[in-house]
Amino acid sequence: MAVQKLPLAKAINESLRTALDTDPKVLIMGEDVGKLGGVFRVTDGLQKDFGEERVIDTPLAESGIVGTAIGLALRGYRPVVEIQFDGFVFPAYDQIVTQLAKMHARSLGKIKMPVVIRIPYGGGIGAVEHHSESPEALFAHVAGLKIVSPSNSADAYWMMQQAIQSDDPVIFFEPKRRYWDKSEVDTEAIPGPLHKARVVREGADLTLAAYGPMVKVCVEAAAAAAEEGKSVEVVDLRSMSPIDFDTIQTSVEKTRHLVVVHEAPVFYGSGAEIAARITERCFYHLEAPVLRVGGFHAPYPPARLEEEYLPGLDRVLDAVDRSLAY
Amino acid sequence: MTVESTAARKPRRSSTKRVSAKKPQRSEPELVQLLTPEGERIEHPDYSIDLTPDELLGLYRDMVLTRRFDAEATALQRQGELGLWASLLGQEAAQIGSGRALRDDDYVFPTYREHGVAWCRGVDPTNLLGMFRGVNHGGWDPNTNNFHLYTIVIGSQTLHATGYAMGVAKDGADSAVVAYFGDGASSQGDVAESFTFSAVYNAPVVFFCQNNQWAISEPTERQTRVPLYQRAQGFGFPGVRVDGNDVLACLAVTRDALERARRGEGPTLVEAFTYRMGAHTTSDDPTKYRADEEREAWEAKDPILRLRTYLEKQGLADAAFFEELEAESESLGKRVREAVRAMPDPDQMAIFENVYADGHALVDEERAQFAAYQASFAEEGK
Repeated sequence: MAVQKLPLAKAINESLRTALDTDPKVLIMGEDVGKLGGVFRVTDGLQKDFGEERVIDTPLAESGIVGTAIGLALRGYRPVVEIQFDGFVFPAYDQIVTQLAKMHARSLGKIKMPVVIRIPYGGGIGAVEHHSESPEALFAHVAGLKIVSPSNSADAYWMMQQAIQSDDPVIFFEPKRRYWDKSEVDTEAIPGPLHKARVVREGADLTLAAYGPMVKVCVEAAAAAAEEGKSVEVVDLRSMSPIDFDTIQTSVEKTRHLVVVHEAPVFYGSGAEIAARITERCFYHLEAPVLRVGGFHAPYPPARLEEEYLPGLDRVLDAVDRSLAY
Repeated sequence: MTVESTAARKPRRSSTKRVSAKKPQRSEPELVQLLTPEGERIEHPDYSIDLTPDELLGLYRDMVLTRRFDAEATALQRQGELGLWASLLGQEAAQIGSGRALRDDDYVFPTYREHGVAWCRGVDPTNLLGMFRGVNHGGWDPNTNNFHLYTIVIGSQTLHATGYAMGVAKDGADSAVVAYFGDGASSQGDVAESFTFSAVYNAPVVFFCQNNQWAISEPTERQTRVPLYQRAQGFGFPGVRVDGNDVLACLAVTRDALERARRGEGPTLVEAFTYRMGAHTTSDDPTKYRADEEREAWEAKDPILRLRTYLEKQGLADAAFFEELEAESESLGKRVREAVRAMPDPDQMAIFENVYADGHALVDEERAQFAAYQASFAEEGK
């Protein structure tokens, strides 16, 4: 299979399968990842094919999952752990921030931590409380971690390969409402660098920067804007730590307008960081302040309100209009 | 030659029996002891030990040198050479006994107070002082001596030990892992989770809890309503309380737990019942929360004194031995003192080193900016 059209979840599944197949040190760990194949079936069939020693159903304890993954990494393994939902990661926050992120530095480089933490994140699936959150900024703030999020199946496949090969801990945020979206994956392609952003739609008047689930919304917004004669460029950031500011800068120097879009709350979000840095880099190119579209400073609302909470097409277009009219 | 040979070892009672045998709960729990505070050698039905005179003298030497190193570090803090020191005073037997039970291929996950265990592992004592001086956060290579970096956040390392032990089992190796922690850590969720994971996966790990009675100012009663070793029962593995000031008992009990792990029988919780004779750290003032009488009572159970009494009574050590050891102690103190004073401050650019293994664009950018900023002063100075 070289080129296939796969749902995003299946692309990750294939990527994990490839990793298990090629590197005996790769382990899959998490709650329900074995027989069940994960609540989203991302690890479907892997335990059956690679056994319980490599695809490990863990006790229901997130700190324990990450803490033991650290120990396994110290022993030479490359654990890929699943946190079942975004809102469940916080019991593991201490192990991630205090231990995982700092181990390389405090050992003066003698210990490497090749641990991948997979987190299905974001809203839009009508879930109950704590199942729709976007906590990426809480991790991006921490030195020692790398944070990525794919927006399509090809990236899901290749970015997972690269995350597993990385000697640094990588938090892999999976846009859960895109799990079922199909797109082409070429498993024999030569992927670009893991932390490089990509222009997914070219435009001349304004740049939309987004990642994960919001890339699709931004591409749709760009198409809608085009109908009104506005040429909008869309940058898929792919990585939230590090952020590829060069690609955003190049785009903004051309379009002179930037709107950053994410599901996470705007306050202290990655949009704030991008706005500050791009303002520094492109001060004389900008014709409007960098605008942000994202979640509100409120708990993620009950499912019946999430369409209002999530930045949809209209809220993105509203920001496009405000920026261009500035 | 062996100094003494104990009766052939009785079959071990099952773990469940061992724990459930303790009733009523409020009675004083059984304490494994092989050497009394008075220096009398006694037998225990489940644990025996046979040591050569050299081995006994070795344990004594380890404890004396560890205490001397510890005293030197405290002095260095008082002199401003270290920012902080966490003394192990009083816990030498627990650390040397358990540390000398280890094989080279075993792996240790320490707290920040395991200076005696580090000594047993062959870690250069001066390596331990870098973090307390503020020149690094540890920095030694854990794989050189199979001794992980000191972990400061309480209890976190018990999960690392468990994961490492899971890896040992996956590799089919017969090494064992020891997770050190204290009575305060026993309240941490990570410790409970490490008990769960190690039990469920039957991981070859020994949980060595030094119950030194105090978590800074909080007594053990603030952490638990049952003797700590009994916690193991609820997780499905054996727990045992050992006299933590008895180096022979600590050695015997840890050896036994390690062998159990090697045989694939899973984790054991060892509670070494001991006492923190000093302050929590050099920043602490124990007079605020505990009575002198308590410390005095524990002084009578001193781990070094009781072994010395035994060695002298048995005629295993003469004045020359103690004199030589005294001289060795002093030279260790001198070596440590000189090494600490000679420890250079790190280069300022070290801030940006080793943040990532594979690099990070932001770190590179900030490093360059900071270097340019620093260089600007040199320009001005011209």
